[in-house]
Amino acid sequence: MYGKKVKLRILFLLSTLILFSLIIFLFLKSLDKNVVYFISPTDIKSLPELSKKKIRVGGMVKKNSLVVDSEKINFVITDFKNEIQVTFSGTVPNLFSEEKGVVAEGYLKDRNFLIAKKILAKHDENYMPPEVKEALEGNK
Amino acid sequence: MINHLNLNKIFTITSRSQKYILFLFIIVISVGLLEALILSPEDYKQSDAVRIMYVHVPSAWISLGIFSLISFLSFFGLVFKIKNFTIISKSFAPSGFLFCLIALVTGSIWGKPTWGTWWAWDARITSMLILLIFYFIYILSWKIFSEKDKAFKISSYISIIGIINIPIIKFSVDWWSTLHQPASVNFMSETSIHSSMLFPLTIMTAAFALFSLLIFLMKYNTELIRIKNKGLDRL
Repeated sequence: MYGKKVKLRILFLLSTLILFSLIIFLFLKSLDKNVVYFISPTDIKSLPELSKKKIRVGGMVKKNSLVVDSEKINFVITDFKNEIQVTFSGTVPNLFSEEKGVVAEGYLKDRNFLIAKKILAKHDENYMPPEVKEALEGNK
Repeated sequence: MINHLNLNKIFTITSRSQKYILFLFIIVISVGLLEALILSPEDYKQSDAVRIMYVHVPSAWISLGIFSLISFLSFFGLVFKIKNFTIISKSFAPSGFLFCLIALVTGSIWGKPTWGTWWAWDARITSMLILLIFYFIYILSWKIFSEKDKAFKISSYISIIGIINIPIIKFSVDWWSTLHQPASVNFMSETSIHSSMLFPLTIMTAAFALFSLLIFLMKYNTELIRIKNKGLDRL
């Protein structure tokens, strides 16, 4: 149907594409843990050793765990399996609240305690007007 | 591929259609902006900050769409030696680049009040930056290679390799834990944006698509004039 040259060009382009995909795949695979933006409290529990480096822990702010006083705020990040206590002094983003996603960046004191230097709010993919939210909660 | 007669015919079509597209664009963007900025409800959690979404998300979609189009056209352009496809690709690139930049900038502006940071090196944002760089190199490759045949080939190779990045952007939020939230609009499963917010999002996407088409027609016309001036009777 097509000439030999056309077939060869298709073959050339497709194999180049496959080669590059493979390179990128292996590259990302070797980066593995470094591609993820944050780790969960469960990941911290299973860490072989605690590093002195800055890490990011993500999860939900546990309900009724948020304590705010004049100097710092304390809360618990949970992934519903494991938890970690976080302390932070500074301003928090608008979307930071209980039962919402959060990423805390800071240093581990031990496996259960993180001294955060920065708090980022992670919001979910749900968008709706306030009235709809109220109606949904009314149904619960 | 295309003879002189066809070239003139295409030129007539692309010149005449511009004003209709412009007219349509003005109508759609007016409706879109009215819906997005005034009529649509505020979000239960983000309140008015959610309105950035109506620019951010459509720009990201359009920039991904245009890059995919460029890659496919370049692929078939290379395989079947259809130079017209490559010229179409070249003419689409500037609007793709623009929308990619808009997506990154509005994302940054949105990120500061909601997440608490301008920038995060998470998988989604970084891969989007890589897309911007791909656009940049693609456009640059047309500028630096004065030899036509070379520019055709090298730019096409760049766009074909760049297609690998597109699924990475799309699925980055599912494959890795990112600060960026997962996709809200899904074709397979349920969409997690309320319909009153989905409507302006769709209109804005249509408006941006029309804008890209308009810029494309202008760029494509310029290319056609350039070919005509050179006295070449075929593309």
